[in-house]
Amino acid sequence: MLTYLINGISLGSVYAIIALGYTMVYGIAKMLNFAHGDVIMVGGYMAFCATSYLGWPAIPSVLFSVLVCTVLGIVIERLAYKPLRNASSLAVLITAIGVSYFLQNTALLIWSSNPKAFPNLVSLPNLSVGSIQISSVAMVTVAACIIIMVGLTLFTDKTKMGKAMRAVSEDKGAAQLMGINVNGTISLTFAIGSGLAAIAGVLLCSAYPTLMPTTGAMPGIKAFTAAVFGGIGSIPGAMLGGILLGLIEIFGKAYISTQLSDAIVFAVLIIVLIVKPTGLLGKKVNEKV
Amino acid sequence: MSMLSVENLHVYYGSIHAIKGISFEVNEGEIVTLIGANGAGKSTTLNTVAGLLKPKNGSVQFEENSLLGIPVHKIVGKGMALCPEGRRIFLQLTVQENLEMGAYSRPGSEIEASIEEIYQRFPRLKERHKQIAGTLSGGEQQMLAMGRALMSKPKLMMLDEPSMGLAPILVEQIFDIIKELNEAGTTILLVEQNAQMALSVAHRGYVLETGRIVTTGTGAELLEDDAVRKAYLGG
Repeated sequence: MLTYLINGISLGSVYAIIALGYTMVYGIAKMLNFAHGDVIMVGGYMAFCATSYLGWPAIPSVLFSVLVCTVLGIVIERLAYKPLRNASSLAVLITAIGVSYFLQNTALLIWSSNPKAFPNLVSLPNLSVGSIQISSVAMVTVAACIIIMVGLTLFTDKTKMGKAMRAVSEDKGAAQLMGINVNGTISLTFAIGSGLAAIAGVLLCSAYPTLMPTTGAMPGIKAFTAAVFGGIGSIPGAMLGGILLGLIEIFGKAYISTQLSDAIVFAVLIIVLIVKPTGLLGKKVNEKV
Repeated sequence: MSMLSVENLHVYYGSIHAIKGISFEVNEGEIVTLIGANGAGKSTTLNTVAGLLKPKNGSVQFEENSLLGIPVHKIVGKGMALCPEGRRIFLQLTVQENLEMGAYSRPGSEIEASIEEIYQRFPRLKERHKQIAGTLSGGEQQMLAMGRALMSKPKLMMLDEPSMGLAPILVEQIFDIIKELNEAGTTILLVEQNAQMALSVAHRGYVLETGRIVTTGTGAELLEDDAVRKAYLGG
């Protein structure tokens, strides 16, 4: 029982980190970046290459992966989404799906479809509390999630750039009138989201160490669900949604059915959206005219 | 010296010719108002001057420098602020954060003193500085919008329908503040549907009709003008 709880929170933390990327990009650019899941996969491969081919130690490998994904995020935004800033949201959505396929197929060309065994980057001992074993990967994952959450909250609440980000997410035109560079802010959001995706990729592959070009697809969809579940656009919502989703998935697998666990996850989403369409922590804006 | 000079401006929304060659100027120290009915092109004109819309033809010069082609977010740093129609304050940010955003183009060290100045002018905002802006009343939101625009220390402040949706007593208060700001040295370009109020505070006014300027004169002249009275002042 406790083991399931720990596994659920750990998996949920990975979803939460991915969901943050979805929710931030949605909040600022008002688009669903369906290529986000594949950035996770790229992050996994980058860390894999750095350790297995170049023989780098864990921390530089992770930093390398974050760096590559951050740049990748900015490039994707510039090349694929920026030209569509004033296009219909359907065009942007389809482009995002296109980018997703592009990344998957590029990975397929480079690394082939054979699964790679992801190296163990977390070389800490597992923790035993009584009869329960807590894996070091789970601890690192939860710790990373908490650090990211606190860091992002401080960033958006306290820094000038973070406040500008919130202003842009609410009203781009008014933000420009204040002197805020909206394009720069959007780039920054993609950079942060993609950097987080890299971290999520490393954590995910550490917990489930098979790496394939499609590795990011399912966690990407789940994390998107988590973001909607928690209330898309809301940072605490993404965290809450991610963790709940991880718990539901693990408990569903353990007590109901392994095969149906994904169905249960999405069923919960549907119920939440029927009862509370804005998601758990979604903002309802009251506007005065 | 003319601070803002707009020459033969043409603006389109897609194929709709919204502004059909208007020219006007605002001199340093003046309050100038653009009045006209709904859809005359008043807001379009202000948004074009602020850089939010791109004109097809014509020129916009601020202190003898052309503003065309400069990205919107760089214009505020030149000393011009627009307090937009419908206020457009950041409803999910606090009052204080809204004011900080207004000073985004200025160095951080000067901001605190400026916020104090704004609080002195608008004590209500000080009382509510930690509140989320969306919880303010309409009048308070208008004050916040004006305070936010003032945070950039503009030489020219453009106000788009500051009286919209406000009770008469608040409208008077807003216009008093506009006069005070002007007396303190800020040049004002005011767009209003409340022509009576606008003309009574303005030094000069321009009357817009379907994208063209049809009449111009001092505030007092326009208040006396028969055509203007008929069309905009209820006889």
